[in-house]
Amino acid sequence: MKAVLTLGVGLAVVLALALVPVIGPRILVQDLFKVLCLLVLALNWNLLAGFAGLVSVGQQAFVGIGAYVMFATTILWGWDPLAGMLIGGMLAMALSIPIAFFAFRLNGAYFAIGTWAVADIARLSFGQWRALGGGTGTALPRDATREMFGVGLVRDLLGVSPAAAIDAVTYWLALGLATVMLVACWLFLRSRMGLGLQAVRDNPVAAQSVGVDPTRLKALVFLLTAFVTGLCGALLFIQIGRITPDAAFSVIDWTAFVIFIVVIGGIGTLPGPIVGVLVFYGLQRLLSDYGTVYLIALGLIGIAIMLFARRGLWGGLIHCIGFDPFPLGHAAPRLARQSIKEDAA
Amino acid sequence: MMLLDTLVQGVMLGGLYALFAAGLSLVFGIMRLVNLAHGDLIVVGAYLILGIGTSIGINAFLAAAIALPIMFAFGWLLQTALLNRVLGDDILPPLLVTFGLSVVIQNVLLQTYSADSRKLPVGPIESASLPLGPVTVGVMPLITFGSAIVVILALNWLFYHTALGRAFRATSDDPVTAQLMGIRPRRVFAIATGIALVVATIAALYLGARANFDPSIGPARLLYAFEAVIIGGLGSLWGTLAGGMVIGVAQAVGASVNPEWQILAGHIAFVAVLLVRPRGLFPRAND
Repeated sequence: MKAVLTLGVGLAVVLALALVPVIGPRILVQDLFKVLCLLVLALNWNLLAGFAGLVSVGQQAFVGIGAYVMFATTILWGWDPLAGMLIGGMLAMALSIPIAFFAFRLNGAYFAIGTWAVADIARLSFGQWRALGGGTGTALPRDATREMFGVGLVRDLLGVSPAAAIDAVTYWLALGLATVMLVACWLFLRSRMGLGLQAVRDNPVAAQSVGVDPTRLKALVFLLTAFVTGLCGALLFIQIGRITPDAAFSVIDWTAFVIFIVVIGGIGTLPGPIVGVLVFYGLQRLLSDYGTVYLIALGLIGIAIMLFARRGLWGGLIHCIGFDPFPLGHAAPRLARQSIKEDAA
Repeated sequence: MMLLDTLVQGVMLGGLYALFAAGLSLVFGIMRLVNLAHGDLIVVGAYLILGIGTSIGINAFLAAAIALPIMFAFGWLLQTALLNRVLGDDILPPLLVTFGLSVVIQNVLLQTYSADSRKLPVGPIESASLPLGPVTVGVMPLITFGSAIVVILALNWLFYHTALGRAFRATSDDPVTAQLMGIRPRRVFAIATGIALVVATIAALYLGARANFDPSIGPARLLYAFEAVIIGGLGSLWGTLAGGMVIGVAQAVGASVNPEWQILAGHIAFVAVLLVRPRGLFPRAND
């Protein structure tokens, strides 16, 4: 019953969000696009740090790789940017294999700085790519995005300018990506592998003793999150339309914000990133005029959460009310519960 | 001759990186804390030296001497008020708190000093140089390198020949047993972070005297420092110096081929060393 209610509310929210480009102003579409992309990145980072124990400060590497590969396929080979986006995600995943091979040698805190160093290597290497403008970057050709798959159709259906149609298409893709990611996280975390992952997080020795292989699971999560992070990076830069190594591999934009979103919302909980991204968006609207003050506030809130409410907003809430509306574990089987009752009687 | 010159410049640069790294290595060795704000704290030191120097109108070296106790107190306070609260078995809280601190420090500096790049004035010594056999070496890089060796000698002496060093080592090995012997780990940690920031201030002096700095350069310094620590092997201060030299030489060689490859060459040397020797050149501790 509860599951049906959750599903219904979720569907209604997704439908309402899907209608935004049809009825809402363009600025709202662009804002929500950014929010949805950050949500996708946050869900990925939460999976890494909150469930697999891989605190990466180098996820911007995959954002940048996805974005640069999409630019390369579009500009150099004249492909549709959306096809480029898929290739970008796949190449990000392919490159995550050697990166994992290297970074997994470093454990714990050193993994964090190791991934950061790798992201810096990626930034400097892509900055050497002369055909894509080297260190100063380049822009997507106007025609490439205007002729992108689906843009013409949206133009005709909604009767809007090409730029607005591009915004709408990228927005729907971001919404789709966020929804799929959320459902996939839920299914994955409740699957055999997901439960193994949480078991490793809670007690590695005990988990290994019942046959869970931590390294295999962690490597799998690292690869899959690299894929989705790469996709999301390519999508972000289709909408932005301009790329530089510093923007594509920005540690603040694609990792620091994401970390704060997850920490504020509640690390290691599934709804945490959603709560976090809402708080983040609210703060951004409130403080966007003050520039650096906004970042100072985010940092201080992140520190305060770690000091006083380590579970984050969502984790704190479910701790207070004492039940979890989105449980990641499974309820005990009916039969077992009955036999326990009989035993008690 | 060009190659020899490049190597010597690289080794000198390595001294600076070893100074960046020594504080990081010390803190990690004693309390297993990786301080992601270490690079930004070096930059804070540089601004503090600049502020003292310009407000009193004294030489940067004297200003740095005044800054040392201030930074020690700051480190002590930082550890007592903030970092001691998040230390524990879980590595996530200290990482996230120091990451948050890094972002806060960068933006507070940006707000206070703007994004303009600054430099520490050290007087005519800045451009002086000494002929050393076939190569000519700048006096400032030479002083930097000498300071790195002195700092590492001093830290080693502190570690192995004083009561405080014994407390450091005991707390690092087994905090619970150390407590039974009347050592308070939290106080030891606070002193260690204070010392780390003293070293960071010395690093800041040479950083600011050597090149321009602005509020955003901290994270890159953190990366160099971290790479030096890992290459050298965790827990070995001389290893950290060697690691700094590896990064410095790699950067100098990279820069001599193509100026754009300087930083990339350092990173690649780090990856290469780690692939061949996963525990660094001179590993000591088992972690």
